[in-house]
Amino acid sequence: MAQNVPLQVTVNGESHSSEVQPRLLLVHYLRDDLGLTGTHVGCDTSNCGACTCHVDGESVKSCTVLAVQCDGAQITTIEGMTGADGAYHPLQQGFWDAHGLQCGYCTPGMIMAAADLLARHGDGPLTEADVRKGLEGNLCRCTGYENIVKAVLAAAEAGRGVPA
Amino acid sequence: MSTVEKAPAKWVGQSLRRKEDPRLITGRATYVDDITLPGQLWAAIVRSPEAHANVVSIDTSAALAIPGIRAVYTGEDLSDLLAPLPMAWGPPGVEIKTPERWPLVRGRVCHVGDAVAMVVGDNKHVVVDGVAKVSVEYESLPVVVDVEEALKDEVLVHASLGTNTAHKWSMGGGDIEAALAASDVVVERRIVNHRTAGASIEPRGCIAEYRAGQLTVWSSTQVPHLLRLFYAVQMGISEDKVRVIAPEVGGGFGGKLQVCAEETLCAWASKALGRPVKWIETRSEAMLVSHHGRDQVDHVRMGATSDGTITAFHADIIQDLGAYFGLLTPMIPELGAFVMTGCYKIPVVQTDITGVFTNKFFTDAIRGAGRPEMTHMLEVTIDQLATELGLDPLEVRRKNFIPEDEFPYTTPYGITYDSGAYETALDRALEIVDLDAFRAEQADLRSQGILRGIGFSTYTEICGLAPSRAVGPSGFGLGIGLYESALVRVHPTGSVTVFTGASPHGQGHETGFAQIVGDIIGADPAVVEVVHGDTATGPMGLGTYGSRSLSIGGVAAAHAAEKIAAKCKEIVAHNLEANASDIEVRDGRFQLAGDPEQGMTLAEVAGCAYIDATKMPEGMEMGLEQTLIYDPSNFVFPFGTHVCVVDVEADTGKVKVIRWVAVDDCGPAINPMLIDGQLHGGVTHGIGQALYEQVVYDAQGNLVTGTFMDYALPTAAEIPNFELDRTETKSPSNSLGVKGIGEAGTIAATPAIVNAVIDALRHEGVTYLDMPLTPLRVWQALEEARGRGDGPRASEQGVELPDQGEGSAGSGPTTPEGGGS
Repeated sequence: MAQNVPLQVTVNGESHSSEVQPRLLLVHYLRDDLGLTGTHVGCDTSNCGACTCHVDGESVKSCTVLAVQCDGAQITTIEGMTGADGAYHPLQQGFWDAHGLQCGYCTPGMIMAAADLLARHGDGPLTEADVRKGLEGNLCRCTGYENIVKAVLAAAEAGRGVPA
Repeated sequence: MSTVEKAPAKWVGQSLRRKEDPRLITGRATYVDDITLPGQLWAAIVRSPEAHANVVSIDTSAALAIPGIRAVYTGEDLSDLLAPLPMAWGPPGVEIKTPERWPLVRGRVCHVGDAVAMVVGDNKHVVVDGVAKVSVEYESLPVVVDVEEALKDEVLVHASLGTNTAHKWSMGGGDIEAALAASDVVVERRIVNHRTAGASIEPRGCIAEYRAGQLTVWSSTQVPHLLRLFYAVQMGISEDKVRVIAPEVGGGFGGKLQVCAEETLCAWASKALGRPVKWIETRSEAMLVSHHGRDQVDHVRMGATSDGTITAFHADIIQDLGAYFGLLTPMIPELGAFVMTGCYKIPVVQTDITGVFTNKFFTDAIRGAGRPEMTHMLEVTIDQLATELGLDPLEVRRKNFIPEDEFPYTTPYGITYDSGAYETALDRALEIVDLDAFRAEQADLRSQGILRGIGFSTYTEICGLAPSRAVGPSGFGLGIGLYESALVRVHPTGSVTVFTGASPHGQGHETGFAQIVGDIIGADPAVVEVVHGDTATGPMGLGTYGSRSLSIGGVAAAHAAEKIAAKCKEIVAHNLEANASDIEVRDGRFQLAGDPEQGMTLAEVAGCAYIDATKMPEGMEMGLEQTLIYDPSNFVFPFGTHVCVVDVEADTGKVKVIRWVAVDDCGPAINPMLIDGQLHGGVTHGIGQALYEQVVYDAQGNLVTGTFMDYALPTAAEIPNFELDRTETKSPSNSLGVKGIGEAGTIAATPAIVNAVIDALRHEGVTYLDMPLTPLRVWQALEEARGRGDGPRASEQGVELPDQGEGSAGSGPTTPEGGGS
């Protein structure tokens, strides 16, 4: 066993100081050490995107990032997307309204990837093709994607696609 | 019986947003990997790198020396298991050769990934280290991977069986050879329906806790009650001491309709060690040892008269079983045979099925299970027949459709279709498509070098599994009848809990069932909680698969609710001094027909039933609760027309689906939004198989497609928006008139795509193609048809090409820019 390494991160606004194994993946740190189980593991090869979260404002696949790489970082997970008053993020609302999920396993990653897509896209018009292309790194086996695309477009349309 | 006119539904038919979603969109749902128990250990499995070998020795000492490793078990350690892993089909009069499958092998491995040892340790990381330190010596044995090779019995997967042929099963209706001989034309094709993966995004997983004589297993499963039954049998624990919980389940698609080796191992190890044991499948394991689907080589012959009347249809199916049986492995092609004739009046049919072992992982039910294969054969062959006769494929379909006024219609196999209006669905689809405009556009584009094609699939399928007498031990031969249970409990405040034996994993039962029950007893679905997936709560249930939940589980809930409603009406009538037959449920409350001022809410009725006995009719039992088991009288047969438009890129062979029109009929809609969602996902699953997905093994039995890098699921960028419409033809088989829709899209999809691609390329001389329609395969077909097929083959450019019927792996949905973020 390698020696533990100190790690300081801020996750969903809360500061955490930990000692972790250097081989620990960010997704396992979030899930196992912090109990933030909304971030899921689906493929181990960064294909499915179920583990997507934000590190310093950019979406990353947390199964492909070591926890120690995030020392000092600001991290947002799906649990951090809901407002303190319980209000849904526009993307969460959009997914619910548009039936953008079935089993829900890919959903947190989809929402985090979509939030990054909207943030990167800025204020310009967002097309269906933009969304389809932008979510290419997130797999869903249930929905056939159409309602996911509708959910993201609805969130963007309302001008509500605010980054977390 | 109510004498008053039925009140309009308040909730059924509405696209209510799902009750499930708030926990899912906020990351607050609990999937099995989200559960951690005190004292929990982790398990990982040592898997065979050999496709066929004797296990000479297993050295576990180095693994056991790692701090944190608590135990390493091999097959010998599990000798106290009372039964091997189950296969639940024994049709009367059919001999099936069943190899024993134990959770850990006993001396011999039969496929890459076969479980050799189990490592148990303190955390998920150390057990992976432990697996790497288990040293296994193998003595290689001959391997057979190709199913047609395996048929020759030159290399045996199980020498003790003396053959690779596990079983033969035939069903006939009429003299097939005579009918074919008498036909004006006979079309023959060899159709390969390749191996695919279920690929739910959540892999399998479980936690087993044996504590004080009680076994509790949390499993990502579609069938918690079946697991309880089998754990009790395997481990010799009284069934009342076994509890199985399916927590949030992240997709199934049939892949979790299984009694899994790893789960039995965790249960056994928990008992041995006195601590909870958790196992979560990696994606690589999921590709390797979560059961695969499809994998048939089909020889079909279709006879017809010159005017396109189909006279005979024969399917000779070679089913690749893999090395063992899962729960239903040999039964899958037989399920398809029940809709061999599809939407058509075909007077003489014959299905001959041969199940064959190979040194690969076993196949079993994946979304559609036998019916996609059969529908593919039928719908592709009809197009081939039409071409042969120079007829319009739609005219051939129309000529042979079972007319709407002939239902219920009994096929030559004795299957009675409940209802159908096939021509109506096709007509509606054509209204949306505008075929004349399409043909004009197609011709125009062709002149510009763009290859566009259109393909049709007019399908019916058999689902709603299933009438217990028909499918049970004395009927079709399943080990258990497939009824479904419901328990409806009205609480004293008027809120409601519905327990169902169905076990959803994304379908939306919590919403749909609440709508059904809500309408019947006057409850807002918002206060109707649907509980599922826990054997300690509701009655025995059979789970979710075979598009059965609504037409059996939903109907069970409806019948239970109706009994409660009848009791409520008695109570209301007693309090209003009216006749129960004059009480109706309207606008969400019980009221006197014609005098809506007079009535009671469900909460008020519940107040009588639970709190104030003086407001109850004399002699009536207190409480409002009903348990009910519903066993259907027949299957249900949804149907419809799917239309696919593709563009084929001539220079690369790349196929792009640009339009999808579908008109489906699953009877009256409970929640149209959920139906559309099932169709979106179902069709996408079919598009995946037709264009991108394929499980590939090499000649040594190594899995080539072991990750999502190699096994290409469709992404958002490959899938079109869907143009959906519905017709509503009631099923006479159940009181709601409903039919299943979970698999219909997948069943319908693949032939529409293949027919579309052939339509795009026929003028170039391409007349037939097998799936998957990878760019390489399509490009080669086009090159060969254009007479340039002797040019540089891809194999000469450093790309090894599998034999015919194998296609290329993972060559699907990638773009020049790469695969996303």
